[in-house]
Amino acid sequence: MPTFVIAEKCDGCKGQDKTACMYACPNDLMVLDKEKMKAYNRDPWMCWECLCCAKACPQQAMDLSGYKDFVPLGASCTPLRGSEDIMWTIKFRNGMVKRFKFPIRTTEEGKAVPDGGFSTKGDLNSLELFTEPDSLGVPVWTYKK
Amino acid sequence: MPSYKDFETVEVTTDLLIVGGGMAACGAAVEAAYWGQKHGVKVTMVDKAAIIRSGAVGMGLSAINQYIGLAKGANTVEDYVKYVKYDLMGVARDDLVANIARHVDSTVHLFDKWGLPFWRDENGGYVNEGRWQLMINGESYKVVVAEAARNALGADNIYERVFIIEPLLDGDRIAGAVGFSVRENKFYVFKAKAVLAAMGGAVGVFKPRSTGEGLGRSWYPPFSTGSSAYFTIKAGAEMTCQEVRFIPVRFKDAYGPVGAWFLLFKSRATNAFGGEYMVERRDELAKWGKWGATKPIPANLRNYLGMLDVFEGKGPIYMRTEEAIANLAKKYEGDEKAFKKKMKELEAEAWEDFLDMTISQALLWAATNVEPEKRPSEIAAAEPYFIGSHSGASGAWVSGPEDLAGGTEYFWGYCNMTTVKGLFAAGDASGASSHKFSSGSHAEGRIAAKSAIKFILENNTQPKVDPAVVEEIKKETYKPFETFEQHKNLTTDPEVNPNYIFPKMFMFRLQKMMDEYVGGVSSNFSTNKASLERALELLGFLKEDQEKLAARDLHELMRCWENKHRLVQAESHIRTVLFREETRWPGYYFRADYPKIDDQNWLCFVNTKYDPKTGEWSVFKRPILNLFGIE
Ligand SMILES: Cc1cc2nc3c(=O)[nH]c(=O)nc-3n(C[C@H](O)[C@H](O)[C@H](O)COP(=O)(O)OP(=O)(O)OC[C@H]3O[C@@H](n4cnc5c(N)ncnc54)[C@H](O)[C@@H]3O)c2cc1C
Ligand code: SF4
Ligand code: SF4
Repeated sequence: MPTFVIAEKCDGCKGQDKTACMYACPNDLMVLDKEKMKAYNRDPWMCWECLCCAKACPQQAMDLSGYKDFVPLGASCTPLRGSEDIMWTIKFRNGMVKRFKFPIRTTEEGKAVPDGGFSTKGDLNSLELFTEPDSLGVPVWTYKK
Repeated sequence: MPSYKDFETVEVTTDLLIVGGGMAACGAAVEAAYWGQKHGVKVTMVDKAAIIRSGAVGMGLSAINQYIGLAKGANTVEDYVKYVKYDLMGVARDDLVANIARHVDSTVHLFDKWGLPFWRDENGGYVNEGRWQLMINGESYKVVVAEAARNALGADNIYERVFIIEPLLDGDRIAGAVGFSVRENKFYVFKAKAVLAAMGGAVGVFKPRSTGEGLGRSWYPPFSTGSSAYFTIKAGAEMTCQEVRFIPVRFKDAYGPVGAWFLLFKSRATNAFGGEYMVERRDELAKWGKWGATKPIPANLRNYLGMLDVFEGKGPIYMRTEEAIANLAKKYEGDEKAFKKKMKELEAEAWEDFLDMTISQALLWAATNVEPEKRPSEIAAAEPYFIGSHSGASGAWVSGPEDLAGGTEYFWGYCNMTTVKGLFAAGDASGASSHKFSSGSHAEGRIAAKSAIKFILENNTQPKVDPAVVEEIKKETYKPFETFEQHKNLTTDPEVNPNYIFPKMFMFRLQKMMDEYVGGVSSNFSTNKASLERALELLGFLKEDQEKLAARDLHELMRCWENKHRLVQAESHIRTVLFREETRWPGYYFRADYPKIDDQNWLCFVNTKYDPKTGEWSVFKRPILNLFGIE
């Protein structure tokens, strides 16, 4: 099935109201079975394999099982997302392994400042959006006949 | 399941309601928060998911597709308008495309400040993938953009996990929106002076190529379910380009991106016999007027040339990755160390392209032992999507900005306002301004938000909402629960019951009909008048059967409503494809009964309007105005 939860590793996010995987999934697929205290993907046929769930899971309890109608078995593709970069481990069906690391952001988490430090002095009736023209670097274009 | 009466009604009164939390909506949030604070206007946002990962950028992206480079004089706004117009075979609004293009760089520079990592050259400048595209390390693109939106609006003004179903109206003016929580037994009534619709595009209207576990592997996300189109159409807004669907050619089955391979790595695509359709079929381009003679060749024509190979049995079509990499490495012949370094770099770039935005493709390559430097990979045309922000153009017909459109029929007072007073649209939700992508959608959201704040200040009254109408919608909202309760005991297996239909089967019925009669994958993207009329007949039955949709929990209830939304997108598509008696975008769809392009009669917009009172549709032409002398 597209994403799956490894039973042994999932702790149900310790029974919090919204588990990390439930919070993240853009398609509302992850649910917590409160009896077993384990999460599961309730409709794998609607899963985009975006791995937003797996990247958010604090226990690394989620992984990907390729869509079986066109993906042969035996490979894996697993993310490990930190605060500055993401590490990918890709295992081929033939056993080959590749690892990649890519940066994910250049600012500290939570610290995106809406105006980006650009000056904001526009007027509601002008052409400029709130950070312009500073954020544009040139005056706002208009068509001169 | 409880009756609709057991759901608490929660009322939220605000000034500007932003519906959706994707790229356009997050752009709207930062812009509206600024002007709102300055002028005392309250702004509220609602999304069906959590905005840090919602929408088409949730997985991430590896490129920003619209950046003009105005400050460096790399390109002009007019250059971009020309590119978009020609790519759409002449059908685009000069004013809207230019308006986004003149602001988009500003939005991209904000992304940079917010913390999105850009690839840099030796001088610290951005790295272009193609003329308009910038390379990024975009795994957390949406996280960063949503963070700025949240910091601007304040978490208290953002409602998550509320699925918006219907617009609320006060006469000819928008009055708000209603929806339901997919997690709690709560029904939401948002009352607003202006509403911005930004709920993304529509996927799953046509049958996807993969229908097993791979059903969810559409190129555009399966959670773009036509809510923008439904919302604006149901409000009575005029719509445009509803016939323009988009079919991307991507790596086969997992739909991995091809942009970097074609643009950055300069790869070729060849057929089973080694032939290159872009070369062998060049003469075909002459049949498509001046649009066929332009450079770059419009995306739909490139699609079409490849499709002709496939229809003739010359598939599979291969992306020649091995050849492209060998060519790139040639420069380093003789210098083994530099060669190895370059190869490693290329390998990481190729894999990141997938891992940032189509993880499935990376897994498919690993599962089939593909090393791109050793052998080519198949590419194929996907199923059709409705996506006004990318290479499609469908969406609401909105007013242009006064300085560019004033005095023409493209202007009616507030930029990006639909023909419904106070209802604005941006991103996938607004039409005829194709190729805005992630960055342009964000910029357009900003434009629309600023304009909506102005509208609110100049029309500063709270529209009336009729409580009886709200109560009716509430009943309708939860009806699928009651339908299930009423009939579930008839059979021993709830899956099979003649008295109701679950949303999944409903979706399959819609998809099969669209696929077979309206030019999906199985009909080689071809259709004709008789097929379209048959589709309308079958759609009529499906419309009636909406009343029998059944749901067992809130999640399934959301699926019911998603499919009601898809259905309206489908109907407006069929009606407009039927109306346009020519073939204008042969690689997107082919009218077999009118196989040629006909600029004389059809170089125009086809617009449509649904009358919420009578349930009737009208379809009509609107002129393409040449505002900047771009022929
Ligand atoms: C695979 C892929 C590759 C792409 N590649 C690129 C690229 O390389 N570069 C680039 O610039 N662009 C790219 N794009 C395009 C880009 O993602 C879109 O153009 C952009 O996201 C559109 O913005 P939007 O706000 O209109 O829609 P979205 O960002 O999709 O946002 C829609 C929002 O509406 C919400 N919503 C939907 N329905 C409802 C409802 N009923 N009630 C409440 N909320 C709802 C969703 O949860 C979501 O938050 C790509 C897209 C995909 C999928
Ligand atoms: S986020 Fe991980 S640990 Fe938490 S419930 Fe989901 S799978 Fe289990
Ligand atoms: S991969 Fe994406 S769509 Fe699938 S369950 Fe995880 S978050 Fe949801």
